[in-house]
Amino acid sequence: MLEEIAIATKNEFNETTIEVAPENIVTALGRLKFDLKFERLTSIAGVDRFPAEPRFEVVYHLQSIAGKQRIRIKARVPGDNPEIESVTSIYRAADWYERETFDFFGVKFLNHPELTRIMMPDDWEGYPLRKDYPITGTRY
Amino acid sequence: MAIDIGITTELDVQRDRERHEKRGNRTMVLNMGPQHPSTHGVLRLLLELDGETILKAAPDIGYLHTGIEKEFEVKTYQQGVTLTDRIDYLAPLSNNLVYCLAAEKLLGLEIPPLAQWTRVMLAEFTRLNSHLVWLGTHAIDIGAMSVFLYCFREREEILRVFEMFSGQRMMTSYFRIGGLALPHPRGWQKRVKDFVDIFSSRVDEYEELLTNNRIWTGRTKGVGFISLEDMLDLGVTGPMLRAAGLEIDIRKDAPYSSYEKFSFKVPTRTENDVFARYLVRIEEMRQSLGIIKQALEGMPSGSHQADAPGIVLPDREKMKTQMEALIYHFKIVTEGFRVPEGEVYQAIESPRGEVGCYMVSDGTQKPYRVHWRGPSFGNLQCTSKMIEGTLIADVIASLGSMDFVLGDADR
Repeated sequence: MLEEIAIATKNEFNETTIEVAPENIVTALGRLKFDLKFERLTSIAGVDRFPAEPRFEVVYHLQSIAGKQRIRIKARVPGDNPEIESVTSIYRAADWYERETFDFFGVKFLNHPELTRIMMPDDWEGYPLRKDYPITGTRY
Repeated sequence: MAIDIGITTELDVQRDRERHEKRGNRTMVLNMGPQHPSTHGVLRLLLELDGETILKAAPDIGYLHTGIEKEFEVKTYQQGVTLTDRIDYLAPLSNNLVYCLAAEKLLGLEIPPLAQWTRVMLAEFTRLNSHLVWLGTHAIDIGAMSVFLYCFREREEILRVFEMFSGQRMMTSYFRIGGLALPHPRGWQKRVKDFVDIFSSRVDEYEELLTNNRIWTGRTKGVGFISLEDMLDLGVTGPMLRAAGLEIDIRKDAPYSSYEKFSFKVPTRTENDVFARYLVRIEEMRQSLGIIKQALEGMPSGSHQADAPGIVLPDREKMKTQMEALIYHFKIVTEGFRVPEGEVYQAIESPRGEVGCYMVSDGTQKPYRVHWRGPSFGNLQCTSKMIEGTLIADVIASLGSMDFVLGDADR
């Protein structure tokens, strides 16, 4: 089902990871939800691979309740202009997780209903979970 | 008209004003929280009211954000266990467990049966602890004062059990990567047995106070409805789904830490309201008690830690007689242990729902990235959907039925 858009497929520790290009993420998740019955989006996490390029990984965890299955979808976005399409149109649960990833990594989710910071104050500077963000200090 | 609502940013005020003007100035914006007794933490709710009806509700979280995910990246794997306690102060051992399981999956460690069973037993004690605090505070919010006192009486006993095992009442850190922190304390069977003997009748007591109480049923029946489809779509997990008739429990669906060896039922209800969630949690307490009883009776013997030199701290005795043990001890304490490269997602059933730990390792002694999928974060997302269109008096009951801990949502 995802063969033609999957860039890489990996099976480690009994967990399947499928990597797709960022422009295909909505297609991929849409197929997984409606055709393969992955009803739940468990979480979205960001990973910063600094200094490698493309720098950021956006990781989607999905679960199929009937099939008792989990799957991980991954998309890599570049460091200079991290942008990816929002999947809120498919899973409403993505709303806060995308805001969180935006807040911590600065990855912009296009067409997100309200992409603002969720954990940090609205006027915060910098993205705390990036690898070049210091662990201590008063100002970024 | 600008509304002065305490801690706000300019952006908030502007958003409020726009919304207010759009509705023809008929509505009122009410700021509930961030310090409100019923939110048990610092949740801020922006409610837009038309009379007593809520038109729009916008939860605002992040007041308890402490950067725990960032902190994981500068601590060694074993040190990270202590951070997991602090994420959710009502379910410390569930959080310890999911973190340890994730790391053990990466390491490929085999945990001895004694440690696994102890983990199950204490994880169920954690569930009881969390449900008791939930029941007490939820009842207080709705107006039943005395239930709180009864619940805390039993909770005290559970905290004593935790103290006996780990030396700590709340921030236990008792599960470690590779097993348990300490061997079983002397006389633990008696303390657990004393608890098991009385607790069943104590649950009856709570039920006597609430289940047929007309005020309680009046405040909870038919309140806080949200359809199952919406809940699944919005990322809700745990007892809320079970109260909507979906039999979902990770302990059954993907057993971990030898849960497959225990027999228990997954309670479900179909009413899908605050009262159903209450009944589900009450029944969960009885089931947890059953699991504790089975663990007490069938506790296997053996070692409390895996046979994995280089990961598990060596015995004190061996350190004084064997050179390798001393070297391992020195290396583990000073630099930690290396974890093979890879990524795992481990999910377990915490008292509030699915707690997931996504751990990425780059082959060093410290996690490259840990993402914490807290159940409260997922559950809170349905707030707007659940309370919009209902009365303001029901907000407290609806919120309480979600059973969130803000530390868990904000991390």
